[in-house]
Amino acid sequence: MNAQRKPPRIGDSPAIRRILIAFVLFFGAILVVAPLVVIFTQAFSQGFAAFVANIVHPDTRHAILLTVLTALIAVPLNTAFGVAAAWAITKFDFRGKRALIVLIEIPFSISPIVAGVAYLFVYGLQGLFGPALQSADIKILFALPGIVLASMFVTAPFVARELIPLMQAQGRDLEEAATSLGASGWRTFLSVTLPNIRWALLYGVVLCNARVMGEFGAVSVVSGNIRGQTNTLPLHVELLYHDYNTAGAFAAASILTLLALVTIVAKVLLEKQGAGRASRPALAASTKPAASTEGAKP
Amino acid sequence: MKITLDNVVKTFDTFRAVHGVSLTIGSGELVALLGPSGSGKTTILRMVAGLEYADDGRILFGDEDATDIPVRERGVGFVFQHYALFPHMTVAQNIAFGMKVSKRKRSAAEIDARVTELLALMRLAGLGDRFPAQISGGQRQRVALARALAVDPKVLLLDEPFGALDANVRRDLRRWLREIHDELGITTIFVTHDQEEALDLADRVVILNEGRIVQEGTPEDVCRRPGSAFVTRFLGDANRLVAEVRDGRAHVAGGSIDAPGVPDGRAELFARPADLDWASGGAGIEASVLRVIDRPENRRLVVRLPDGVTAELDVPPETQVAAGDSGALQLRRASVFSLA
Repeated sequence: MNAQRKPPRIGDSPAIRRILIAFVLFFGAILVVAPLVVIFTQAFSQGFAAFVANIVHPDTRHAILLTVLTALIAVPLNTAFGVAAAWAITKFDFRGKRALIVLIEIPFSISPIVAGVAYLFVYGLQGLFGPALQSADIKILFALPGIVLASMFVTAPFVARELIPLMQAQGRDLEEAATSLGASGWRTFLSVTLPNIRWALLYGVVLCNARVMGEFGAVSVVSGNIRGQTNTLPLHVELLYHDYNTAGAFAAASILTLLALVTIVAKVLLEKQGAGRASRPALAASTKPAASTEGAKP
Repeated sequence: MKITLDNVVKTFDTFRAVHGVSLTIGSGELVALLGPSGSGKTTILRMVAGLEYADDGRILFGDEDATDIPVRERGVGFVFQHYALFPHMTVAQNIAFGMKVSKRKRSAAEIDARVTELLALMRLAGLGDRFPAQISGGQRQRVALARALAVDPKVLLLDEPFGALDANVRRDLRRWLREIHDELGITTIFVTHDQEEALDLADRVVILNEGRIVQEGTPEDVCRRPGSAFVTRFLGDANRLVAEVRDGRAHVAGGSIDAPGVPDGRAELFARPADLDWASGGAGIEASVLRVIDRPENRRLVVRLPDGVTAELDVPPETQVAAGDSGALQLRRASVFSLA
């Protein structure tokens, strides 16, 4: 049979197909590819040596270190929070469970700058805890703790949101089985729950990390943008840009972009493992007839 | 291990799932908890396991009060309806899990030996390295059983053990489970909504409805002497006729049957399809044939009685009868319960 002679389905005529594909490619090129290309060409516009010099500039280096440090603190904390929240929501019954699910989602729908401003009024000098914190000589705003808190607020839902649908689909049977066989709660978590959620967990961690490192709005309000002190990489990019240091700005931006590309690759690899989807064949298979062997990988 | 439930109560939110159930299960007995969905049978099983806590009442294991012993220390083997095999572990690792996490330390060699022994007992030899997704439903069921038995439980609890299997696999596994039970002699309770399964497998059947025990006894007891209309209907197809009882005999239009001990007055009479005889004419309950359903072992007639009620009865395969025929029914056996 010749594919050409098949009658077209709705919207399947060659003209429409070509127009649609061309339209999408064109927009993709303008919206996504062109800026990416510009970032790297601009970053290297004054040659590789200048690029390296921009990167190793003390302020840029400090911004990179601060960003990594923030991620090293915020991501593990939010991972622990996400796992605990998902566990509580899917394995226990308690009042306010639905409210908790909604609460976890709030940072997704709120503008990060609102979070930043809110933190100002909680921890700032005129804020709720401001005087108490000042008298105790604890500096939260315009310092690392504020940056970490703002980043954590913005990324709080990432891990929990990946885990909740998956753990809901899995139910409580596996944990109950492990417990009835004599396993402790911790042992059950480590050897039964964790292996079954690991890809979704990693997926959530990767997304959370990318967002922490890239967060601008909330951090910009609480950090105070002090060069070489409280400037994270995204803030530093803006600062360099305002200094008319285009090559420097783009060099710093290229690092964030590389991070994004690494994240995308990790995401695609994880999706191949079945993460990022609520129902996974590997888990569904345990209750279905044995025909499929997919998901049988250890 | 003897199990005693003493006036056990369980309420979920506002729904009372189990109302004061008392039950004694002898050591080595194989008991079925039989009931429709929502009858509380699974809740009772989960309370015996310790997966749910009773709101009131006590559960005794032997003479020890087990009501507040957590599931982890209760020493029960629980087989879940959908088996709950650990999908990331091989069959052998699944079976070994309980022994590995146990407080009683076992050597790796000891665990291996026990796994091999159980694989052989469960007719799973050679499947130890497979993952649960790579074996059939019946095999998974047996892995779940092996995993539960590996830790030498005091009691074996099975929740709808054959519910997820094909009909023919189910029958084989039923007979086989009975053999395993007889071989190991372990006290076993299983939950089912399938009366055939309960009658086929159990020493004793406990019939539940709406969180209460409505009857318990051997399969013979509950089949031959059903205690209520509910039990009669739940155990199998039954035609319901309204009868009038006078002096220990139940009368319907065109027929009557002994009903010893039933008080005079209105009553309901249940006759199973095999309890009715068909004659193409003569005295009896008038009936006209609506449909004939042919089956390998007999023919089933769907008939209409004079008052518009339909009834079903089985006749020998060689009976000559067709839709539209008229005839008469004779009552051979029936269970009669007073409506007064």
